Amino acid sequence: MLFLQVKYLVAKEVKLEMRNKYALGGILLYVVSTIFVSYLSFKQIINPATWNALFWIILLFASINGVAKSFLNETRGKLLYLYTLVSPQAVILSKIIYNSLLLIVLSGLCLFVYSVFIGNIIQDLSLFLLTLLLGSIGFSSMLTMVSAIASKTSNNFTLMAILSFPIMVPLLMVLIKLSRNAIDGLENWDLNYLMVLMFLNIIIIALSYLLFRYLWRD
Amino acid sequence: MKNVPLEIKVVDKISVEHSIKFPKFRIKIPKYWWKIIAVLLVLYTIIAGFLFKVPAQPILHETIRNLYFHVPMWFSMMTILFVSLWHSIKCLSNSNIESDIVASQAAHTGMLVGALGLITGSLWAKYTWGAWWVADTKLNGAAITMLIYLAYFVLRGSIDEEQKRARIAAVYNIFAYVMLIVFLMILPRLSDSLHPGNGGNPGFNNYDLDSNMRLVFYPAVIGWILLTVWIFTLRVRLEKIKRKTLLNE
Repeated sequence: MLFLQVKYLVAKEVKLEMRNKYALGGILLYVVSTIFVSYLSFKQIINPATWNALFWIILLFASINGVAKSFLNETRGKLLYLYTLVSPQAVILSKIIYNSLLLIVLSGLCLFVYSVFIGNIIQDLSLFLLTLLLGSIGFSSMLTMVSAIASKTSNNFTLMAILSFPIMVPLLMVLIKLSRNAIDGLENWDLNYLMVLMFLNIIIIALSYLLFRYLWRD
Repeated sequence: MKNVPLEIKVVDKISVEHSIKFPKFRIKIPKYWWKIIAVLLVLYTIIAGFLFKVPAQPILHETIRNLYFHVPMWFSMMTILFVSLWHSIKCLSNSNIESDIVASQAAHTGMLVGALGLITGSLWAKYTWGAWWVADTKLNGAAITMLIYLAYFVLRGSIDEEQKRARIAAVYNIFAYVMLIVFLMILPRLSDSLHPGNGGNPGFNNYDLDSNMRLVFYPAVIGWILLTVWIFTLRVRLEKIKRKTLLNE
């Protein structure tokens, strides 16, 4: 039941996105132009710390812009219609899954364009990709939930930034640490950090699943 | 002669009744007993903390006395923020505005104690590590925690409708507490840290703390926590009165 609802809702989101491509195109253009602007000022970056920091800052801002619209742009009538048809859990799970897909595409593109322009210094690509994958899922679940919270307030775009930045920092610190390890190409993967990242993802999704019920009705 | 045993019986009865009632000697414990204990313990902490003998440690020297003030602040913050979390969960289950007021006031009190913890920690860092602030996981975690809770207050301020505010703030508060646990408990243990008890550093328990210090430290923890709870109850009462006068206007 829940699985079916989630499937249909994700399909709906994808269809909607395909129907007006300008939103998706806007986000992708945002990433590319940000990277190009950094390329114009930095040229090549060889210092791993700077490379890493710039990459995650660009990705963080792009993700916030990409995910923010998931609840902020929904009209009241559409949400009401949705609420009469499906369970709240299905709504939040479908949004998280859809945003994860979006962010995986976004971060893949970001990595590609970034390594073309700024230079590729990653030594352990598989660890970096794994970090990126887990990071996309974590970002999307956290930002979807924050977007749901912020959409209930009056000045929601400002609040989206205020609410999401501090709460994202634990995730971001783990991600930066892991991707730094990947750049440096350490012999052994730091399993502790990977575990913490998995744990964070699971706990954020579980909390969203449990708490969204209380958010959705006015 | 016949009357004598009867009289004895009567006297007996009276004495038995008297001992059962026992009205004059009952010690009446006032409701605010824990507040008296809080004041006494904090007073004891301040006096004993500055006067008692402490072990001479190479870098710490006399700053080790800060242990009685800095560490209990964080203990009280964790306690009071747990109270906040508890009332947020209660608020979601019974959708009661009062739980929301209690939760927000607990968070406010937690921020007060947290700020004191940061200040005492900063002072301690200056005299042991040589700087007011160092880029350390534990310290940054504490600072970000404060930001998360400040965002919680901003969120509460931006919603006008009471029921809605209670629900949404409660949801955010639960998130905030989970992130706090990750920040103050999990992350510092993984990375290198100057702070005692993290990143392979031994905590104070292991060898710095002798029995003399324990004699002050444990009462200090209880005293500060009780004092924090007292401040919290006062804030809750004030907020409830404010709301009542607002409703009556």
